[in-house]
Amino acid sequence: MDTKHNFQTYIAPLLGILVFLVIWQIGAPRIQTSLGAVPGPVQVAGQFGQLVNEHWTERTKAKEFYQRQEERNAQKLAEDPQAEVKIRPYTGRKTFFDQILTSLVTVMVGFILAALIAIPLGIAAGLSPTIYAALNPLIQLFKPVSPLAWLPIVTMIVSAVYSGNDPMLDKSFINSAITVLLCCLWPTLINTTVGVANISPDLQNVSKVLRLNRWTYIRKIVLPSAIPMIFTGLRLSLGIAWMVLIAAEMLAQNPGLGKFVWDEFQNGSSDSLGRIMVAVLVIGLIGFALDRGMLMLQRKVSWDKSAALR
Amino acid sequence: MTQEKEHLILSQVSIDFPTPQGSFRALNKVNLKISKGEFVSIIGHSGCGKSTVLNIVAGLYQATEGGVILDGREVNQPGPERAVVFQNHSLLPWLSAYENVELAVKQVFRGKKSRAEMKDWIMHNLKLVHMDHAMHKRPAEISGGMKQRVGIARALAMEPQVLLLDEPFGALDALTRAHLQDSMMEIQANLGNTVIMITHDVDEAVLLSDRIVMMSNGPAATVGEILEVKLPRPRNRVAMAEDPEYIRCRQAVLRFLYERHGRAEKAEQPTVVTAETPASSATESSVAASEEPAAVGAAVIEMKKKQPKAA
Ligand SMILES: Nc1ncnc2c1ncn2[C@@H]1O[C@H](COP(=O)(O)OP(=O)(O)OP(=O)(O)O)[C@@H](O)[C@H]1O
Ligand SMILES: [Mg+2]
Repeated sequence: MDTKHNFQTYIAPLLGILVFLVIWQIGAPRIQTSLGAVPGPVQVAGQFGQLVNEHWTERTKAKEFYQRQEERNAQKLAEDPQAEVKIRPYTGRKTFFDQILTSLVTVMVGFILAALIAIPLGIAAGLSPTIYAALNPLIQLFKPVSPLAWLPIVTMIVSAVYSGNDPMLDKSFINSAITVLLCCLWPTLINTTVGVANISPDLQNVSKVLRLNRWTYIRKIVLPSAIPMIFTGLRLSLGIAWMVLIAAEMLAQNPGLGKFVWDEFQNGSSDSLGRIMVAVLVIGLIGFALDRGMLMLQRKVSWDKSAALR
Repeated sequence: MTQEKEHLILSQVSIDFPTPQGSFRALNKVNLKISKGEFVSIIGHSGCGKSTVLNIVAGLYQATEGGVILDGREVNQPGPERAVVFQNHSLLPWLSAYENVELAVKQVFRGKKSRAEMKDWIMHNLKLVHMDHAMHKRPAEISGGMKQRVGIARALAMEPQVLLLDEPFGALDALTRAHLQDSMMEIQANLGNTVIMITHDVDEAVLLSDRIVMMSNGPAATVGEILEVKLPRPRNRVAMAEDPEYIRCRQAVLRFLYERHGRAEKAEQPTVVTAETPASSATESSVAASEEPAAVGAAVIEMKKKQPKAA
């Protein structure tokens, strides 16, 4: 019993990964592409190391750049205390890890905005059958639309509405974030609605007998009882957000992981396939980590600690 | 006990429920007058409309015809002056016992009691049902009987004019039930609340009530008979078992339920207990127990009898 449990929790997953790596290593070199053979896991690991190196090289360069500026400024000030000094920002190449950060920021902005819209709207729709009836056709209509279809519209609208000489935020960033928002709104909206609409009639009766006002009712009864469903929705939404983001970044040229993949593809060097594969694995790992993060948040927030959370 | 007549009046109360087959008249012309401080039980077969009566008094359902008058004012919405103890406790699972009572107290006494007074009042009510030791536990962490006690504390803490109990002890084992019945009698003696309690259990009805309202079977159920229980209080379940008045009352209720409004299938097989339906088995065990002269703890006796069968 116990050994079986150990086998299932530790050994089986490791075996699965091992078999996958072996098949990959054996199969990959047999496929010749215009960029050379498909890299196996060993080459991909090598590429990862190279990306790490590039990152540190770039960081060192940036550090030296700032140091040089400071030295020059100090010298200027020593010669003439009234001299005007400024620090120019370093405009070097974005490394793979900078791009991961951009992607994370973009996805979180899109996802959090979506949650801020979807949760209140879902509560309203769950409480009022009229609002639900009004929203339902829109939800059904827009839910299946692909991010690739949204992006051109978003791009046009953003460039029309959001202009100015020195925009604070990059347009490509806004386009990607809004596309993410539009695609990941729906699961949270639907699940919140269902969660709120299915509050036990007994608890509704309790709140009627107590004459709770609307706000107290929402705070004390609706929200806690819908929390598990809201989180189910949020986790689905975050998964979709991350998936959509990569596609959106490719098209919007937001300097994140999507752009990294696209640029490598356009680049077409012998390293490209390996670097794309590193990106694929990193994308998968981050998606997994995001989901675990949501799960941990759910555990913290939810009152029902006994509920099986997967 | 009856300082003021006509405290609560149900007058010609009828209700129709819409169903796919057309409207269904669940209650027809229910009339009942309850005086202040009185303890009234409603007993009747399953599905006859007991909960519906209670929900109408609570204001959770609206009567189609007739109405309910409390202290001269018509009842048309729920409110804390008619506190309900629901059949399945209905505690908020994300709040501790203390917080569950607190929600009610804050709602009812906002602006009337200070923070410290509220705290004392919550503690007082939890002590009343002997739940102060587990007040920081959530409903999932306490037993069924404890949950029911917290539900009672929550209702009592609202200082209701009328306390409405829907089979409050139905889902409990016999010993816990007996214990809670005693607490209920004690609390009611001290506070003098008006109580309407629904029950399936004949002994419970006789033990606790001043009057027992027996309902005829639905559809279009109504008050069949009202029995006055003239037993002195405080009542002791053991001492009372052989009291002729007690026996007379039990016989009267049983006769009403199983001779005049009996259901063939139930009358024929009173000892069948199915594990899946604890509520119905509780009913039937109290029926079977009617053959025993000493009816105290009837359910316990009945359970013992059935053990070999179940094994
Ligand atoms: N909301 C409703 N809609 C339609 N019919 C209802 C509704 N509530 C109750 N009824 C019907 O009214 C009748 C009485 O129901 P009620 O719940 O009052 O019975 P009860 O005496 O409390 O039964 P039990 O002892 O099993 O709790 C039943 O036939 C039931 O089907
Ligand atoms: Mg009922």
